[in-house]
Amino acid sequence: MTTLHIDHASRWFGNVVAVNDVTMTIGPGVTGLLGPNGAGKSTLINMMGGFLAPSTGTVTLDGRPIWRNESVYGHIGVVPEREAMYDFLTGREFVVANAELHGLGAAEAQRALATVEMEDAQDRKIGTYSKGMRQRVKMASALVHDPSVLLLDEPFNGMDPRQRMQLMDLLRRMGADGRTVLFSSHILEEVEQLASHIEVIVAGRHAASGDFRRIRRLMTDRPHRYLVRSSDDRALAAALIADPSTAGIEVDVREGVLRVQAVDFGRFTELLPRVAREHSIRLLTVSPSDESLESVFSYLVAA
Amino acid sequence: MYHPTVARLTYRGLLGRRRAAILFVLPVLLVAISAAVRLFNGADDQVAADLLGGFALATMVPLIGVIAGTGAIGPEIDDGSIVYLLAKPVKRPTIIFTKLIVAIGVTMVFSAVPTLIAGLVLNGNGQQVAVAYTVAALVASIAYSALFLLFGTVSRHAVVFGLVYVLVWESLFGSIISGARTLSVQQWALAVADKVTQGEGLVSSDVSLPVAAVLLAVVTVAATWFAGWKLRTLTLAGEE
Repeated sequence: MTTLHIDHASRWFGNVVAVNDVTMTIGPGVTGLLGPNGAGKSTLINMMGGFLAPSTGTVTLDGRPIWRNESVYGHIGVVPEREAMYDFLTGREFVVANAELHGLGAAEAQRALATVEMEDAQDRKIGTYSKGMRQRVKMASALVHDPSVLLLDEPFNGMDPRQRMQLMDLLRRMGADGRTVLFSSHILEEVEQLASHIEVIVAGRHAASGDFRRIRRLMTDRPHRYLVRSSDDRALAAALIADPSTAGIEVDVREGVLRVQAVDFGRFTELLPRVAREHSIRLLTVSPSDESLESVFSYLVAA
Repeated sequence: MYHPTVARLTYRGLLGRRRAAILFVLPVLLVAISAAVRLFNGADDQVAADLLGGFALATMVPLIGVIAGTGAIGPEIDDGSIVYLLAKPVKRPTIIFTKLIVAIGVTMVFSAVPTLIAGLVLNGNGQQVAVAYTVAALVASIAYSALFLLFGTVSRHAVVFGLVYVLVWESLFGSIISGARTLSVQQWALAVADKVTQGEGLVSSDVSLPVAAVLLAVVTVAATWFAGWKLRTLTLAGEE
């Protein structure tokens, strides 16, 4: 019970297509589901968790459908993104209740609480917990039945760096144990640190799949746009365009800026300060003008 | 069919939220009014029947039914915490059935028990009035809980719909249009109460007992079945 198959799955809400004809297979190990906010990551995870029916296509766990099939929850653990929990319970009561719903008991609950290191705060009401503590209790509730598949929706949101490291260690261990761990994130660095395999979702489509190094390279090799202000824009423009790392420059006279398009990211970042120094030009502003995640991701779709 | 953990989460959620205060306020109000009436008016069978019928059965029982029925599931669906119940190998109809049992229990405790106390205070159960209305409250608790649990499962505005049913349909339309009374949990419960009382004319219902019994059973079973079915196909949309 370890392989999730998503086969030509789409999901729309009214006129809005949230997930568009996605096909992917998620097997043992840690997989990162990467994409900007609103890309359809949660919709996809909700379909894998059986909380949402695909409008077309199928989502199965080792060949068994997940939608309307409660028996799969014996193998799947879910850590939802939403904060809402049973705030009137203590952490321990909450995890024990989750264990009981799996037909287990207090011993399994205690083991799960120990795994996430929440024993010290287990007798406090969940309502008093910090975001990181909530996240860990959610995690304990998902681990209580020792699932072979773990689905986590934006698990690192609101965690401090130490908690993030702890959770990453835990997920890495679970992946190494041969479990299927899938987590979503909109932060590339997070995914890169943890997942050996990445699935990228942009605007509901499956944009890229594979090893993080390949995807990282795709992301850094794209054309970069910079906005540059200097003491002598025209001289700088002339010097930059002479180098092959620069594909185009616009001298925006009205705004008093240079708009530079660089094709070789590494080379350009080294070239710009050197050229400025050689021509005694002062750089006043250098800012990337398309560093939003959306533009990075939309480049991936085209790649 | 009954899951003790689901029940525990449900009743703790019901009694732990702020709206639970209404569960305590209405019964206290009923008993206080009853005590005042008895004190200033003495024991009177007709007054007892009017107060228990007009306030206890017509207002308190349905309002408590709305709070317990919708509150047994609505807030969990609203805030998404239901996901912790749904992501378990527990049959969805089991979740609904358990929540129904809890809602019925809470409605009975907070409506039927105070009705009995109020009846005893008012006329010492003369003509079986107190027992009759208590039985009516018990019967109504079951149907209201099933109905409002269904509302809570299908709509985010379950409390509003519940209040509209109680205040507009049962109270307003029920007093103007006699046909509306046939489709009223309150009238069905009164038909049962009518059977229990000894005094003529103290309790009356527009619906005959067999019809009332059948309708009570049909509404309870159908609402519960439909709520279970809706929960099986409940989709939790993401925050996107």
